[in-house]
Parts: sequence; C-alpha cells; structure tokens
Amino acid sequence: MSFNLVEIIVFLPIVAALAILVGSPARITAFIAAGANLVLALFATLQYANVTESSGASYYLISHRVFLTHVTESGPISFLSLSFGLDGISLTLVLLTVLVTLAAVWVSPPESKIRSHQRLYYLSSLLISGGALGAFCSLDLFFFFAFHELALIPTFLMIGIHGHGKQRVRTAWKITIYLGVGSMILLAGLTALVMALGGTTLHFEAMQAYAEGLSPETQRWIFLTLMIGFGILVSLFPFHTWAPAAYAEAPAPTAMLHSGVLKKFGLYGLIRVAMPMLPEGAAYWQDLLLVLLLGNILIIGLVTIAQKRFDTLLGNSSVMHMGYIFLGIASANTIGFEGAVLLMFAHGVSIALLFALCDRLRTQAGTLEMSKLGGLAKSAPAFALLFGMAAFASIGLPGFANFTGEVSVFFGSFLKMLEEPETGIQALQIAAMLAIWGVVISAVYMLRAFRAMFKGPAQEGLALTNPTIFERLPILLLVAALLTVGFYPESLMQFLRPTIETLPAIAKISF
Amino acid sequence: MMEQLPWLILLLPLVSAATILFVARRVPNISALLSTGSALVTFVMSILFLGFGDDAVVPAYPWLWLGGTLEKGLVLEIGLQIDQLSRGMMFVVTTVGFLVHVFSLGYMRTDDGKARYFAGLSLFMFSMTGIVLANNFAMMFVFWELVGLSSYLLIGHWFQKDSAADAAKKAFITNRVGDFGFLIGILLVWAISQTVNFDRMETFFAGNPEVGSGLLAFAVICVFCGAVGKSAQLPLHVWLPDAMEGPTPVSALIHAATMVAAGVYMLARVAFLVEASELAAHVIAWVGGITALVAALMALQQDDIKRVLAYSTLSQLGYMVMAVGLLAAEAAMFHLFTHAFFKALLFLGSGSVIYACHHEQDIWKMGGLRKKMPLTFITFSIATLSLMALPWVTAGFYSKEAILAAAWHESAPLFVIAGFTAMLTAFYMTRLVLVTFFGKARTEHAAHAKESPPVMTLPLILLAIPSVIAGLPFFYERVQATAPEHHGEGSMLVLAASVITLIAGAGISFWLYKGASEDPLRIKLLARKFYIDEIYQGIIRVFQDGVATLLSIFDRYIIDGLIAQLPAYATASIGSILRRLQVGNLQGYAFLFALGVILLIWITLFNT
Repeated sequence: MSFNLVEIIVFLPIVAALAILVGSPARITAFIAAGANLVLALFATLQYANVTESSGASYYLISHRVFLTHVTESGPISFLSLSFGLDGISLTLVLLTVLVTLAAVWVSPPESKIRSHQRLYYLSSLLISGGALGAFCSLDLFFFFAFHELALIPTFLMIGIHGHGKQRVRTAWKITIYLGVGSMILLAGLTALVMALGGTTLHFEAMQAYAEGLSPETQRWIFLTLMIGFGILVSLFPFHTWAPAAYAEAPAPTAMLHSGVLKKFGLYGLIRVAMPMLPEGAAYWQDLLLVLLLGNILIIGLVTIAQKRFDTLLGNSSVMHMGYIFLGIASANTIGFEGAVLLMFAHGVSIALLFALCDRLRTQAGTLEMSKLGGLAKSAPAFALLFGMAAFASIGLPGFANFTGEVSVFFGSFLKMLEEPETGIQALQIAAMLAIWGVVISAVYMLRAFRAMFKGPAQEGLALTNPTIFERLPILLLVAALLTVGFYPESLMQFLRPTIETLPAIAKISF
Repeated sequence: MMEQLPWLILLLPLVSAATILFVARRVPNISALLSTGSALVTFVMSILFLGFGDDAVVPAYPWLWLGGTLEKGLVLEIGLQIDQLSRGMMFVVTTVGFLVHVFSLGYMRTDDGKARYFAGLSLFMFSMTGIVLANNFAMMFVFWELVGLSSYLLIGHWFQKDSAADAAKKAFITNRVGDFGFLIGILLVWAISQTVNFDRMETFFAGNPEVGSGLLAFAVICVFCGAVGKSAQLPLHVWLPDAMEGPTPVSALIHAATMVAAGVYMLARVAFLVEASELAAHVIAWVGGITALVAALMALQQDDIKRVLAYSTLSQLGYMVMAVGLLAAEAAMFHLFTHAFFKALLFLGSGSVIYACHHEQDIWKMGGLRKKMPLTFITFSIATLSLMALPWVTAGFYSKEAILAAAWHESAPLFVIAGFTAMLTAFYMTRLVLVTFFGKARTEHAAHAKESPPVMTLPLILLAIPSVIAGLPFFYERVQATAPEHHGEGSMLVLAASVITLIAGAGISFWLYKGASEDPLRIKLLARKFYIDEIYQGIIRVFQDGVATLLSIFDRYIIDGLIAQLPAYATASIGSILRRLQVGNLQGYAFLFALGVILLIWITLFNT
C-alpha cells in the first residue's frame, strides 16, 4: 500500500499523536512530527509548483480511496471516499497549518512544567493540526466535515484541563456546545445540499458538476443554513461570543491552533462549498452577510477597545478580523477571494504569533491586566520589538501579509463599481467603506495595548527577560512568514491565482 | 545602470535601517555613522538626479497582481516616477535629511537609544523616498503608512516618558483617521479611472472631463483626507504639536520639512484630480486657509519654543494646501521647497538652544541668548526673517508671495485670511526671537548657555544659505525647473500687502515684547488652542470609549444571553421537564409504554 504525499501530511500528526498516546516521549515526538510536516509541506509546495505549470486540472497530488459506491444505471460511482488533493487554496492553508503547528509545539512548555496530563498537551496540538489538515485537503464532503469534528475534541480537553482561569471547565463546555450546535446546523445544511444534488456523491468535483441545476429557491435556504453553520465556526457576528473567552482561557498552543488555523475551516467551507455551489443563494444573502460582517468589524472592534486584559483583547480582535475575510468572500469576485485567502493565511499566522507572545507575557509578568503592566520595553527590548512587529502586523502595516490581504479585499469590494460604472456605489462598497474604519479601530486598541504594556515608566518589580535564541526561533519563523508574503505576495499568489481564476461561479475580472 | 540609480536611492536607507537592526545595533557609533553615510550618499545621488531628463525610464516591478495575469487585472507595482516634481522633492528630503543626520550626531551623542534612533531615521528616509518616487497610488499608500510608522517610532523615542509614548500613539491613530479617507479615495479613483498609476490616471481624466462629477468630488475629498491627516490640517491637526515630544532633529526633519509636507506633495502629484472637481478644490482651499489662520492664532500664545514652531508649521502647511485648492500647485510646491529649509533651520536652531539650556523648552526661562550663542542666533534670525517673508532678500518672501498672488486671483476672502495670517506670523516670530534671544537671561541655565559644538552649528549655517537664496530663480529653477509665473496685475497690491502685514505684525510684537519678562498678553482661549484637544478627548471618551464599554456589556449580556445562554437555558429546562418522565421504575415505564401504544392505535384507527 503506497501513500500519497498529501495523505502523509494529513496523517503524520495523527499517527504521532497515537504514538504519544502509547508512550513515545511527548515533546520530542511532537517536535519531530511538526518539523517533518513543515518539510513535507514545503516539498509538496515544490511539487505543486512543478505540476501546475503543465496541466490544467483543478487539484493536484490527488489520492482516492473509495469507501462506498453508489450503483446507478450507468454503473457504480463512488459515493464516499477518502480523497485528498491540493489546489492553491488548500495548499495555502496547509502551509499555514504546518507553520502554526510547529510554532505551537515549540512554545509549549517542557513536560516537567505541565501540571498534569503532559501527554495530552502535546497530543492535542497534533490532533488539532491533523484534523485541520484533513479538513483542508479533503475532496470529500464527509471527511471534510469529520476531520474538523476530530479537531474539536482536543480543543475541549485542552481548555478544560490546561486552561488558565477558574472558569476553564465552564468555558470548555461552552465552546464545545456552541461549536457543536454550529456543526449540527452545518451538517443539516450539508445534508440538504447533498440530497438536493441527488444524493449520489460526496466528492466536491462531482457535486460541483451537479450544482448547476439547483433552483434559486433551494440555493437560498441551503446557503443560509451553511452561512450560519460555517459562520458559527468562524465567529460571525452575532455568533461569536464563544471565541474571546475560549481563547483567553485556552493554553497557548490551543489558542494558536484554534484561532489561527481551525477557525479558518468555516471560511474555507464557504469558499470551497457554499459560494461555488450555491452562487444564487450567496447573491441573495449578500446584504445580510454584509450587515453581519460589519457587526464583526465595527461592533466587536469597539468591544475590543473596551477590553482591559490583553488575552480577551486578542480574542476579540480575532473575531473582528474575521469581518474582513467575510468581506472578501462577500465580494464574490476573484480579487476579493484572493484577498480573503491571503488574509486567512495572514491572520492565522499573526494571531498565533500574538498568542504565543501573550503567553510568554502571562508567564513572566504574572498578569495580562494592562493597567498593571508598563514600561516592559526597558527590561526586554528584543521581546518588545518582536511584540511590536506582531502588533503592527495585525493592524495591517505594509510589509506584513495582513496588509496585502486587507488591501486586496478592499480592491475586490470596489471591483464591481469599476466594471459597471453606471451602478454607482452599492451596498457592497458602502459596507467596504464602513469596514475600512476598522483600520482606525484596530490601531486604537493595539497601540493602546502596546503603549500600556511596553511603554511609559517601568513598573516596580516588573521585569521580563529577553527570549533566548532557541525561544526566538518559533516567533521568528512566524514573523518571517508574514514578511515574506508581505514583501513578496507572489509567494502565495502564484498558487492562489490559477485556482481562484478557475473557481466556478466567482466573478472574473474583465477590464 | 543609470536607470537603476533611483532604486539605489530608495533602497539604501532600508539597507541601513536593516543593518542597524540586525547587526550594528549594539555598536551605537557605527550605527550612527552608517545611517549618516547612507544619508550622504542619497544626498549626492539626488543631486545627480537633477541632471536626469523627464523621459528617464525606470523599470517597475509588480508587487501584487490580482484577479488575472499581468496584462489583464489589477497590478499594484513598485515603480518610480522621476520627473520635475519628484526630483525637486528628493532634493529637499535628502538635503534636510542629511543635515539633520549630521546635527543628530551631536544632539543625540549621549543618548542610550542612539542606534534605535538612527535606525528610525534611516527607516524614515526610506519611507519618505518611497512616497516621493511612487508612480502610483497603491505604492504611495504603502510608504504613506511606513512614514507613519517611522514617525511613531521617532516621536516615541523616549518611550519611558508618558507624554512621548502618548504623543506617538496619538500621531499614528490620528493619521490613520486620515488614511481611512485616503484609502477610500484611492479605491474610488481606481473604480472611476480603472487605474492607480498616476500617468494613466492623468490621461484618463484628460480624456474624460465629464466623468461622474458628484462621485469624483467625493473621491477627491476622500483622497484629500489623507493629506489632512499627514499634513495636519484642521480638524486632524492635533497630533503635530504633541509630536514635538520627539527629539528636536526629528521635529525638524519629519514634523517640519518633509513628512508633514507629504500631504501637499501628494496633492501636487494628483493636481489633475483637484482640477477635475471644482467642489473638491473649494473644500481644499478653505480647509487650508482656515488651518493657516487658526494655527497662527494658536501660535501667538505658546510658551514652548518648539510648539510655537509647530503651530507655525501647521499654519504654513495651511498656506500650501490652500494654494493647491486654488489650483496653484506649483506655488504650493514652491513654498514647500523654501519652507523646508527655513523651518528645518528654525527647528534645529531651537534644538541648539534647548541643548544649550539643558533641555529647557520654555521661552520665558531663556532670554539673552544672543550673545552666548551667536551662530545659533544669527542663523535662527535669518530663518525667522524668511518665514516672515522679508521682501526680496529671503526665500520665504518669493514663495509666500506666489501663494498670496494665487489667492488674490481666485478668492478675495482667502486673500484676506492669508494676509492676516502673514501678519500673525510676523507677530509670533518676533515674539519668539525677542523673548528667547534678547533681554536678560531669566534662569541659571540660560545664563550659562554656551554655543553648541560645530557638528550642530555647521548644519545651521548650511541651512541658512538656502533659506536666503532658495526663492531666487537661479537656484529654484535648477531644482524645480519652473517657478510659478508672476501674475502681472495686482502684483503691486500683493507686494504691498506682504510689506504692510510684515511691518504691522512685527511692529506690534516688538512694542509688546521688547524687554518683557513675562507675557503681557494673556489670551487663554489661544493658549489652550481653542480647547480643541479637550473637545476631542470628550468626544473620544463618549463616542468611542463610552460606546465601546456599552457595546461590550451588550455583547456580554444581551448577545451572549440571547444567542447562547437563553437557548442553553431553554434546552436545560426542557431537559429537566423531560427528565420527570424518566421516573425510574418499571411500572412507570410500562404505563408510559401503554399510553404510547394506545395513542398509536388511536391515531391509526381514527385518522384513516
């Protein structure tokens, strides 16, 4: 039995997690698995770059193992299969996942410093990573869904067992039930979609082929269900209240992996399933989505300003930034989608980076209450510099990937106006203009936080140490990823562009 | 090779900043020399630049292309525009930049964060060069944000001082407010003209003079918002005076000569947009005019030497913006050009004074410095006269007259405002010089002040030269090619106006402040800057922080309550009701089972 590269990438963390379960040393195993997966993903990227030049297929490095077949008059067709493959979008998300996974494992404390369930600590990170990779690479709707569910379980355990606050068990239940309900709604929507498409296949490409014939009425209701289901998983306003508390409570690697990687599942689902298969449904609910995403950006943006602790500030900011990605998706054109995927990558890396730094701050300073911190740049200038870079990345400073993504999203939302000048300013452009106010909001809360914690006179008895070279490496890895895409967006765009160009039902540029 | 030279001028400061950051950080003196060296090289190159023809083609590189291939789709490039406008601006940036680097070698000699400071200066030079050379709006916006960053870093250089840390934050956020409009403006202009490239945009608007007038006006005003933020025009002027918390050479370079002028430069770059929309032009002219006046009024009663100069900068920037709005962009650029030299000189001069008085900035605690610091005094006076526009012998006279002439031709009320502002300028500058340099030393520090070292006075002397001659055609035309043409009719009246306002302003001030040891005028409204900061603080407290707190409560209790708690509670309640059915003994279940069977039979029998 031979394995395809993508299969190896997906299953390596899961196998490593099992190895830890049966007694393999946790930190070393996790480290090796995460490191190896990064290498494998880079190798897959190289291979991908080679194959895409020649052929015009939509997915590459495909594997296909049929589980169930459906017998029709024309012969059996595969109904359920463990199929993996990469296109530009999933490749980008795979790169995001392996980067964040390595950093998350790296910043995890050594076993001796973990209170209890040391194995679980590392095992969970690997399982979340494997689940996310499986979801992003699956070409089959069932496994797409199932892999994501797999990743929710360790999230629950980690928050419940290794969380920071007294409320951790309650928080763990809350996020799990909330996301469980989201998954149920999503499952209902996906089932309805499969049935509406004839119920003969769960393979994305085959489903897409049937999707042409769906009536607008059907599309509308299924899209709405999917939008809410996926929306809950991405903390779309007003279904976001699970996120800030959960991220504040969660141990650093879980917060990094969930907010940075796993949360992107819902967005990926919208891009992969809902938008291309239900374009008329998407068009119908565009206005609603615009209103909700403005809730993310403006309302939660202001809520973020009101936060007194840096961890809940980060949790809320992560909810806020989802609004921009939704805006890119709502534009339903190639530029908006490119921006959305770039931003998924950028946000994933930058929020993971911030959570990693935040954790170090919590451990060393003993508090994340911003009023109790101050002047930290004096005792730990290098740490302050890294922190400042992460903060400025997250508020979209040019040079970091976040700016590239945001600016693409904004251009995408004005594209229709350019192509059809007679329509003038429409709801999408108004929403975009309001959304741009978010650049002010995020500057306000981030700079206030940075000012409060790192600048001003140093507080009595409060000092940080600069991270050692070894501790800096995972941070620098993430910073380097942000800078690479920021300075040279083509590093991702070369893969994204051809894929998004061929996505069905997305408006193509024509000028 | 020659066409790659402009890339060098852009990238060299970046290399310098990065080298300091990654390598030389621990050796402050090397860092300082590295940064100064790169400034010197770019200065020499910008002079070589002046020899370039307008047709110099510099290869552009695509940075991000979206929605299709390079031929089709949106291509955001990093491309350089080498024309008369950018060459002149580069000359200003690199000249002042280099001299400020040299001055800083003295001023920041003993500073703990010297390496960080020079890295910031290099980063600034890189960002500013990017703005000046950008051939498209997207690239300009990128560097626009980066100058914001370097300004943030340099204002907050002494980050342990609360006031400096707050000022840095305020500057960045206020600029972001302007950038909010700027970005929308860029997007709208792109949507209208299908390009972000300046040349293609100009061609488009030349070919489509009738294009969407209301929308275009809106777009241009949005673009102008960017300039309002960066060039600190009303109502976003509040960050600039606070930015004086930064080291004084930074104030000279960034907050007087170059970065704050970027707004004016940007407007001059897209002057064709301003011309395309009459409404937008009016808005721009009036915002500039009002800023010029209001800022001059605020300057009258400031006691901090740098703050007087800061408000003066606001006021002069108002002149330039007004000139752009009056469709006299070349007059605006002319004033930008001369102002950069004499205002940088004034700031460096004030830095020399502050340095000599042991970081004292209150002019009422100085006095009598004329004899003790002759070089500083003479150069400072030259710059003052240039700012006051002393006829014929100073640079400021020519450029200010160009703006007054433009106002005279376009709008009588703005001409009156501009004239009155000129009088106020003469008033507050006379006051500043009299109180600082004349009379008796009013404190110990002032009494023992000594002239600054040559590394600081040399830049003063070198800047004094263009402060005098930059307005003369032989100098100006070499750099900026054409001076704004002199309007024939009315020019006598404009000249008379400048002379009269100068004499009136300086005369009244002289009469009031000669030998004064405390301020005879006490106008609280002006000293407190019309309470605008306080009003803004109130607005922020209510409409941002207050609303934020309310929303956070709303989010926590109402949204979470309705969407999560209520369904959870409902589910739990239904569960506890249903739990009653689980009575737990066999008879109970048998009874319910029987009930169910009867119900089924009932339904089957009677519903068919």
